Amino acid sequence: MNAPLALPSDVPRVNATRFRQAHEEDWEQLDRIVSRMEKRSIRSLSDEDLLALPSLYRTTLSSLSVARDTSLDRALITYLERLCTRAYFQIYGVKTPAWRQLTGFFAHGWPSAVRALWRETLFCVALTFGAALLAYFLIRSDPTWFYSIIPQGLAEGRDPTASAAALRATLYDKEQDWLGVFATFLFTHNSQIAIFAFALGFAFAVPTVLLILYNGLTLGAFFAVFAAKGLAPNVTGWLMIHGTTEIFAICISGAAGIRIGLAIAFPGRASRMDSAVEAGRTAATAMAGAVIMLAVAGLLEGIGRQTITSDGLRMLIGSAVLVAWLSYFYALPLRRANGE
Amino acid sequence: MASSAVQPRGLKRTFITPEGVDLRLELGSAGSRAAAFIIDVLMIVAILVAATLALFYVARGTSTGGEQFIAIIWLIGAFVLRNAWFSLFEMGGRGATPGKRMLGLRVVARDGARLTGSAVIARNAMREIEVFLPLSFLADQSVEGLADTFLVVFALLWSGIFLFFPLFNRDHLRVGDLVAGTWVVQSEKSKLSADLVGTSYRARRTFPKAALELYGIYELQTLEDVLRKENPDAIVTVAAMIRGKAGLPDDGDDYGFLYDYYVALCAHLEANMMVGRRRESKFA
Repeated sequence: MNAPLALPSDVPRVNATRFRQAHEEDWEQLDRIVSRMEKRSIRSLSDEDLLALPSLYRTTLSSLSVARDTSLDRALITYLERLCTRAYFQIYGVKTPAWRQLTGFFAHGWPSAVRALWRETLFCVALTFGAALLAYFLIRSDPTWFYSIIPQGLAEGRDPTASAAALRATLYDKEQDWLGVFATFLFTHNSQIAIFAFALGFAFAVPTVLLILYNGLTLGAFFAVFAAKGLAPNVTGWLMIHGTTEIFAICISGAAGIRIGLAIAFPGRASRMDSAVEAGRTAATAMAGAVIMLAVAGLLEGIGRQTITSDGLRMLIGSAVLVAWLSYFYALPLRRANGE
Repeated sequence: MASSAVQPRGLKRTFITPEGVDLRLELGSAGSRAAAFIIDVLMIVAILVAATLALFYVARGTSTGGEQFIAIIWLIGAFVLRNAWFSLFEMGGRGATPGKRMLGLRVVARDGARLTGSAVIARNAMREIEVFLPLSFLADQSVEGLADTFLVVFALLWSGIFLFFPLFNRDHLRVGDLVAGTWVVQSEKSKLSADLVGTSYRARRTFPKAALELYGIYELQTLEDVLRKENPDAIVTVAAMIRGKAGLPDDGDDYGFLYDYYVALCAHLEANMMVGRRRESKFA
């Protein structure tokens, strides 16, 4: 048995050879087109390539199926698997152009994400003001409480022992020199905290809630120090010009963190995974928006507050900005975006 | 189609395209993902150091106003580098940072849909608690000495849970991947390797049927790897083993023997497969 086969030399012995001969050109062409799309974009393709792409993709995909069932050449199957995977992600994972993503974010994504988080946001706002009130009354009744809430470095002399004149000076003195740098520093620092509040939500929201709580305590403690010296309206103006935006932004990013924590702890009818994913994407959009809000707050604090020293004007600007945010997030009619 | 189910144990995952073909995605291993991350961090640090030095150089000659401007650029640049490096690259066409690209990895949505900006931001913002939180605890300890060692150890353990999270779940998901609905897959570019058998092949050896019944597809493909890699030691060992099992004489040409055996076995197994007898391995 098994005598030497009397085949002519150009007849393929195994399926892989036959198969390669029949389709190799298509695969190579798909490889070339996909490489081009990866390097540049779909717009760099010529019209012929663009028209050929879907059918080449399907041909290669069916080559993969056939190869798996008829050929034993592992290198061939691996090659086809990788090529199909790359082609799949170029065809189905097409990116929305950057500017469309950006306009979509401002027109629809951002406000609707914030709107979806309204319960958590309300909770964070209530928590902030609750904690502020608590700190305020504690310190008004016993000023030593101040030192257990605020670390020494942060106070910079603004503690209960400071004189009214010194406190007043901190509210109105201009730091002309490094104004812009100061504003930028505040923006990056606060944004980092906002991102942190978002990420900490994963630990069942507990650290996020603590962060918001502490933020409120700090606010109340400073307010108490100034109010004790009869500077309540002045400090209100000082805080409001940027604080409405800043506190709102911190509350939104806290709300984003809480949403994630709640989705993981209490997924409801959805699976824990699905629930986490849905919450994560909404929350991430809201958090990215909070970073933008903090940039605005940084500008208001670093530049607006340093140049405007009238209490009334400070409060007016702070309220106007708050109204603008509220109407953008909650009152604006949203047009449904076609795809994200 | 897929005649062998993909085992959920390894790194291969079933991934059915709308056309109904299973792409069998291969997840990035924990090691290559860690390596990609380290490359990215090194690049970020290198850029930061280089930019800082360059800005210092520029700042020497300028006025106070210029210095301020440069300080602002530095602050914003550092913030963007830390928070946006990963997100911006992953939003691009390749879905990968330079580090991931080097290791042939890319980020994709677990459900196969397009990767949205919000998913990318979510997975990267989570890095705050995975990497920067443990780092900041470490920094705290070195600053404050041993006063709160117990607290710091506790904090490190707690944050370590997030850092080592990928090692404790089947799909190697980071906390960020879990929340964003993404995973990191191997997506390499490879050239079609040469046809091992080809058309100009002429069999110089023939094998008895019993010798071809020894092995299945798994062994055939292992033999294919041996032939493609052309490692002399492996070729000698494998040739000796097959000759021993099949009881064939040694003719001194190990590579030629293995090559002929490969072609004969491949043709034999393919012929059986065509009539519905697919033999996965020698144990089947």
